[in-house]
Amino acid sequence: MSEKVLEIRWHGRGGQGAKTAALMLAETVAQMGKYVQGFPEYGPERMGAPILAFNRISDEPIHIHSNVINPDIVIVLDATLLGEKVTAGVPEDGIYIVNTTKTPQEVRKKLNIKGGKIFTVDANQISLDTIGRVIPNTPLMGAFVKATGLMPYDEFIKNVKGELEKKFKTKPEVIAGNIKAIERAYQEVKGE
Amino acid sequence: MKNKVALTGNEAVAQAMRQINPDVVAAYPITPSTEVVQMFSSFVANGKVDTEFVTVESEHSAMSATMGASAAGARAMTCTSSQGLAYMFEVVYIAASMRLPIVFPVANRALSGPINIHCDHSDAMGIKQAGVIQLFSENAQEAYDNMIQAIRIAEHPDVQLPVSVNYDGFITSHALDVLEILDDETVKNFIGVYKPREALLNVNEPVSMGSFDMYDYYFEHKYQQVAAMEAAKRVIEEVGKEYAKISGRNYGLVDAYKLDDADMAVVVMNSAAGSSKGVCDELRAKGLKVGVLKPRAFRPFPHEAIADALKGVKAVAVLDRAETFSTLGGPMFADVRNSLYDLKNDIKVVNYVYGLGGRDLRLEDVEQIYSDLDDIIKTGKVDNFVRYLGLRE
Repeated sequence: MSEKVLEIRWHGRGGQGAKTAALMLAETVAQMGKYVQGFPEYGPERMGAPILAFNRISDEPIHIHSNVINPDIVIVLDATLLGEKVTAGVPEDGIYIVNTTKTPQEVRKKLNIKGGKIFTVDANQISLDTIGRVIPNTPLMGAFVKATGLMPYDEFIKNVKGELEKKFKTKPEVIAGNIKAIERAYQEVKGE
Repeated sequence: MKNKVALTGNEAVAQAMRQINPDVVAAYPITPSTEVVQMFSSFVANGKVDTEFVTVESEHSAMSATMGASAAGARAMTCTSSQGLAYMFEVVYIAASMRLPIVFPVANRALSGPINIHCDHSDAMGIKQAGVIQLFSENAQEAYDNMIQAIRIAEHPDVQLPVSVNYDGFITSHALDVLEILDDETVKNFIGVYKPREALLNVNEPVSMGSFDMYDYYFEHKYQQVAAMEAAKRVIEEVGKEYAKISGRNYGLVDAYKLDDADMAVVVMNSAAGSSKGVCDELRAKGLKVGVLKPRAFRPFPHEAIADALKGVKAVAVLDRAETFSTLGGPMFADVRNSLYDLKNDIKVVNYVYGLGGRDLRLEDVEQIYSDLDDIIKTGKVDNFVRYLGLRE
């Protein structure tokens, strides 16, 4: 794709919040004045089935509406999905952000790739500690900000807080937990 | 005042409906347009609109109730997709013949069977001869803008026809996109207060509607619908110009993209037009003379504008997201080829049926189309003019 458009592909399983994360990331980035798209690939919608979601981010209006085939960044919500589908179409300098207890070196071996940058974070444990259940999507947004350096952290947190406040008006405790999850993932993510 | 927001296509359409604040909405939910009706019902529940919201038991009743409300003199709307539109089918014809200015969004989805919930245009193409104006939208912005303009087009005294606003199911309806929405007051002033020429509830000027019509006048009444469609072409352009003044965005019957000096053109509607423009930009950067023509109105069919936009090209590919089973290509292909016939300048026209049941249109697919057109120009030969893009054999 055009160099001006940054493309992201999310790999998750139904129920892990890949679609929600893609949409929330898009909403948050849009707050910062950029043009964005956020959309899932709708398949049979059932818990546990592998699903994809996509983002495009650009300073210019985005024309393209096809699925993302050559992502600059791949975010994996479930380490059991690590395999050929995760690396498919990713350029040599692609970035992988993976929810796992394993190290980036171990993930690299599993993915069988030489190039690219690999980041890992235990988003399951983080979400369990901060939100009270395993919902790895928001912590991975924290890892995303750290891994890509695309936007200032403080501004990102401010905007994501605004989005969460819109979504969880009646449940302020959810907002605090999610923010803490993003903060922790931002600090704990490891890369190589 | 302009307001840049991130919304899905369905959210954008629901916001437009909130700003239009119709008197009556009667609807029955169906994927992928369900969210529009769901969000609108929450606007009703929260007092954000003054609308009488009628929950009906089917789409046949949805359009019937909308029609009844419109005939009574109300600004009335509904919303649907796919099987829902198919189930409305007979009532859509009646709404058109009764000249009721009903505006209804359609999030385009394949028709069963096999059962499928994803995008193609078979639902819209099913009503292309019902007498309804059909506008198509590339993205959430255009879906929103078309909704607002549709009110003015439908209610124009020279038109008085239903208008459906089409946008791609899931691809546009469920994708978050950045767009500008107008403020409520601007929309309110643009659409104005609805003053029906005739209304069943106007007891001072009683009228009959929907009467039996024999061979003595049926034909003339049908011709009046044709005349209204002809007038709609002018009105769509006029309303588009006026809308540009409040929005800064230009709308006409067609969107001609980089066609001025083009040798090759792709003709395509809705979201695929955006992807085609993206490919067009990349090929232009390599020096290829390529362009994209996006009909915004499909009914009425802007054949004059299309012939004018394509008169200088050597080869055209028409992309249809619907099948006709005529074995002579898709619905838009027939109309485009017909529009170019009298130019008599030997433009080669080929058809690509694509994306049925939500099959993703990949950028490589569009590149392939331009490459095929290039071959056609070089050899002067067209072997097979109806092609199926990305079909596995």
